[in-house]
Amino acid sequence: MAGARKPRLAVHKFASCDGCQLTLLDCEDQLLDVVGEIEIAYFLEATRQEIRGPYDVSLVEGSITTAHDIERVRRVRAQSKMLIAIGSCATAGGVQALRNTADIDALARAVYPNPEYFQTLTTSTAIQDHVKVDFELRGCPISREQLIEVVSAYLTRRKPNIPNYSQCMECKQAGTVCVMVAHGTPCLGPVTQAGCGNVCPSCERGCYGCFGPKEKANAKSLARWFEGSLGLSGRQTHDLYRTFNAGAPAFCEVGLAAIGEKTDETVAEVTR
Amino acid sequence: MSAETGALVGDSAVLEATALPALIQALRDEGYEVIGPTARDGAIVFSEYGPADSLPVGYEDSQEGGRYRLIKTAGRRVFDYVVGPKSLKEWFWPPRQPLWTARRGGRGSYTIDPPDPKVAPRRAFVGVRACDLAAMAVNDRTFDNGDFADPAYLKRRDNAIFISVDCARPAATCFCASMNTGPRSSSGFDLALTELEDADTHVFLVRIGTEAGAKVVARVPHRLSVESDLERARAVVTQAVARMERSMVPGIDALLKRNFTHPRWTTVAERCLSCGNCTMVCPTCFCSDVKDHTSLTGDVTTRVRSWDSCFTLDHSYVHGGALRQSRMSRYRQWMTHKLSSWWDQFGVSGCTGCGRCITWCPVGIDITEEARAIAEGDLTQAAE
Repeated sequence: MAGARKPRLAVHKFASCDGCQLTLLDCEDQLLDVVGEIEIAYFLEATRQEIRGPYDVSLVEGSITTAHDIERVRRVRAQSKMLIAIGSCATAGGVQALRNTADIDALARAVYPNPEYFQTLTTSTAIQDHVKVDFELRGCPISREQLIEVVSAYLTRRKPNIPNYSQCMECKQAGTVCVMVAHGTPCLGPVTQAGCGNVCPSCERGCYGCFGPKEKANAKSLARWFEGSLGLSGRQTHDLYRTFNAGAPAFCEVGLAAIGEKTDETVAEVTR
Repeated sequence: MSAETGALVGDSAVLEATALPALIQALRDEGYEVIGPTARDGAIVFSEYGPADSLPVGYEDSQEGGRYRLIKTAGRRVFDYVVGPKSLKEWFWPPRQPLWTARRGGRGSYTIDPPDPKVAPRRAFVGVRACDLAAMAVNDRTFDNGDFADPAYLKRRDNAIFISVDCARPAATCFCASMNTGPRSSSGFDLALTELEDADTHVFLVRIGTEAGAKVVARVPHRLSVESDLERARAVVTQAVARMERSMVPGIDALLKRNFTHPRWTTVAERCLSCGNCTMVCPTCFCSDVKDHTSLTGDVTTRVRSWDSCFTLDHSYVHGGALRQSRMSRYRQWMTHKLSSWWDQFGVSGCTGCGRCITWCPVGIDITEEARAIAEGDLTQAAE
């Protein structure tokens, strides 16, 4: 590709902790290969240099929580040939999506001395609730290997190898002993998408569901098992399901049901 | 006990329990890497033994649908646990196996690295059970069946020997007796042990299945067996069969074929998580996925074969979409293949009755219970 212009990459941030975009800087050995193949045109976490759009690829981190966010994400979309949403915030609204089922005014009063200066939407939602997203990379934070895989796939014009099966598939292939079956530790692995690299179960912890619901996740059946066989209370089941992917429909609905609350229409709407 | 009995294939020897470390060492001396049961992270798993490793002593397992507990006892018995989450399959077709790597050269040229493995290690698998041996016999038909042979599997297979154990104490999830695969090792072993223990003695009856097994026995202090040893060993197996709680309903292959629309499929799908655990722990589930992984620079591509499962959506992906969208269709595919259409495909059942899919299902779905429920509501009785 001698003489060909390198693809331009931009990294945009919405409501988020920056952990996912830092994954790009965390690529260590492969970072030089990354910048060898693509031009980092806009990435405020890494450099003050700003190259104006359009961009070939935009990585979008964070959720949409303000009216301003909505306008900005539309501009990002307009400037990007390919838009990849990265992380739980961008793909499911993040932990801040807990607000979707809470009283936002009460929250604002509890946090801010002068809530009248504070303007926000009542919901925290995923990027694809507002604009077309070409690919979603799950995780809280995303996996470095998966990020490199998506970039490599883009550069060679192939489909990324990002499985949407359960965390259990990853555990078993790594030889990790099941923490739920062998220890009785509640674990979201069977309903959570693989990709983290088996982090928690390999340290004898249950999966926290950072990568969000797997395809066709049967969160209801697992919740029944938590309560019927592992002795969890409805509140404990709710708390397990409602963390980093609190707004993901499969988790949100079952989490709320566990504490006797129904998903109301607003929530159903914002959680797709 | 002497080491010079001249025990041959078909003979049985007796060795003291204290000679087990010598048996492990004899395998190493014969040039084998030893893979054996290891107590790790609350379960018995197969792993490679280091120079100081030996068989764990005084463990029992408690198994039920969705529940496994490893219990340390004060006893001296060695094999009172049965199968854990790992089967032998990862040693014969690894979870992730690079098939080949292509490298870009100059001026449009490229090179391809040959497939893995070039040479398979000589491995001795110790403490495997009759159901594990039965599974290897099933796997042999999968990976070498006249139409197709997997060279990597065959290389590993050729260099493996099996030291099996007849189970004295089945788990509650075991149903090998009803599948005619155990608890006694009937074929496929190089050596088959039966643990014989009472107040006065603690010995192992060793049945010699192959020349390779005979060579190992010759290195270990032993005596030839007498009729009373064989009698004791038979009693161990008889007792294990009597203690087995679960069984597969007879005629399951035909039963499933005529109950494709049974309402039970919908019921089980409400519980099924489509997580794939049953297929991962199954000693015969062989489905895989093949994907190309490219480097960032695009100069190196590796084609990798990795374990897949009929419970994943992408497994049934064809042009236009995935065929098996629902959990119902995925569970039905797995169970009918395992117990029924496996016969059509390979002339054998895909199930060995090891019970792993029951124990390691996160919500305790029991294949024997599902089979029974379908039998009880049989939609069309078998034609006489």
